Amino acid sequence: MRTLLFLMALLMLGCSATPTSSLYQKLGGAQGVDAIVYELIVNIARDERVIDRFKGVDIERFRTGLVNYICSVSGGGCEYTGESMQVVHAGHQYTDTEFNAIVDNLIKAMDRRNVPTRTQNSLLARLAPDYQNVVYQ
Amino acid sequence: MRRILSMALLALLTAQAFADTQRSRLLATGAVTTVEGNAGGGIVPMAVIAGYGAREEVGGTAFISRVKVPDYDLVSAGGAWGWRNRLEVSLADQRLEHPTLSAALGVTDQTIRQSVAGIKLRLAGDILYTAYPQVSLGLNYKKNHDFLIPSAAGALRDSDTEAYVAASKVYLGGFFGYNLLLNGVARYTRANQTGLVGFGGDRNDKREWLGEASAGVFYNRHWLIGAEYRQKPDNLSFASEDDWHTAFIAWFPNKTIAVTAAYVDLGEVATLADQDGWYLSVQGSF
Ligand code: HEM
Repeated sequence: MRTLLFLMALLMLGCSATPTSSLYQKLGGAQGVDAIVYELIVNIARDERVIDRFKGVDIERFRTGLVNYICSVSGGGCEYTGESMQVVHAGHQYTDTEFNAIVDNLIKAMDRRNVPTRTQNSLLARLAPDYQNVVYQ
Repeated sequence: MRRILSMALLALLTAQAFADTQRSRLLATGAVTTVEGNAGGGIVPMAVIAGYGAREEVGGTAFISRVKVPDYDLVSAGGAWGWRNRLEVSLADQRLEHPTLSAALGVTDQTIRQSVAGIKLRLAGDILYTAYPQVSLGLNYKKNHDFLIPSAAGALRDSDTEAYVAASKVYLGGFFGYNLLLNGVARYTRANQTGLVGFGGDRNDKREWLGEASAGVFYNRHWLIGAEYRQKPDNLSFASEDDWHTAFIAWFPNKTIAVTAAYVDLGEVATLADQDGWYLSVQGSF
């Protein structure tokens, strides 16, 4: 009996000692987010709906900007230092089709990295409000 | 044979890959098709526009559905076309077999046919991307082609137009991390059993507002599990009309096909009690 109590106490300690993991950690931390963004860029490069929009864009800058942004919205502790989503995308009249294409490419990137459904949903939930700031701005 | 098969498969896959970049809304956002031809669930429409066209694209669907309960057998088939995620135009043709009712009434004719022509306009919002729900306004014109039994039951018209407002939203991660779909509809109608038993009646001939709702949870992008409720009027003294319920599972393997199976409970239909059974529907999107 006493061993059981001891074991239970140990288990409870173990629980309280584990910090509730952030979305950033669920995405696989720095390495995971890097890989997702890499796959996303590969998908964008293959997608005729959006590829023309990235002609002449500094892809390395885009990559680090996006990694930073995802890190900041997923509680990874990074501070995104770029311009707001509205300012970055303003003046381009990005379409609803293009927005869906980017989201689709992100989902495929996360699928490819075996990100679980609920983790995917959680990131998409944090990016969905950007629609207002990106489409037809 | 195997070569033909693999070539056909390749052609299908290529066609699908091509089609996927022409119709950009995300998987399942075109929903399935109600027995009345509107994009939505099995019996309750949603605010979404049929097909997968985004705001700069077009798309469409074709469907066939069957509802089988002890004394009735309904087959509905049709299609819908969606324009720029703004406007939906739909057509459905329904054939209801009612052998038990015919025997009871001593008539030989066992079929009622009805056609439904619908339009739906998206007024505001996006089911995924806005904080508020997507809201649409729809109109269905219905024409009952076999009015003999409906008129004997006390129905006053063989055709009518009804209106509905639908509000739908997917809450990303809204149900313990899974995506949650909530949908509510207010319908202004006087259709008896959705019009299969005509429109208006001896007890009431005015249109009234009725409530409908559906809810579902996406287990992942491909599987949606949920339930629907549809309130019904009571226009005929010949028989009381019960509200409808379904519990469904829908499968979206890709943007080309969707399959829905459901348990349906229609309650008492035209004096025949306990009409619960199954529903099966296949939808193709293009
Ligand atoms: C959820 C949707 C989106 C998010 C979260 C997002 C996020 C970002 C971020 C973080 C940057 C980097 C900004 C920087 O630090 O320099 C960026 C740049 C960019 N985005 Fe988006 N974006 C989205 C949708 C789109 C869409 C739909 C398009 C159009 C196809 C698009 C095209 C671009 C382009 C071309 C750049 C590079 C701008 C430049 O450096 O000149 N984005 N985006």
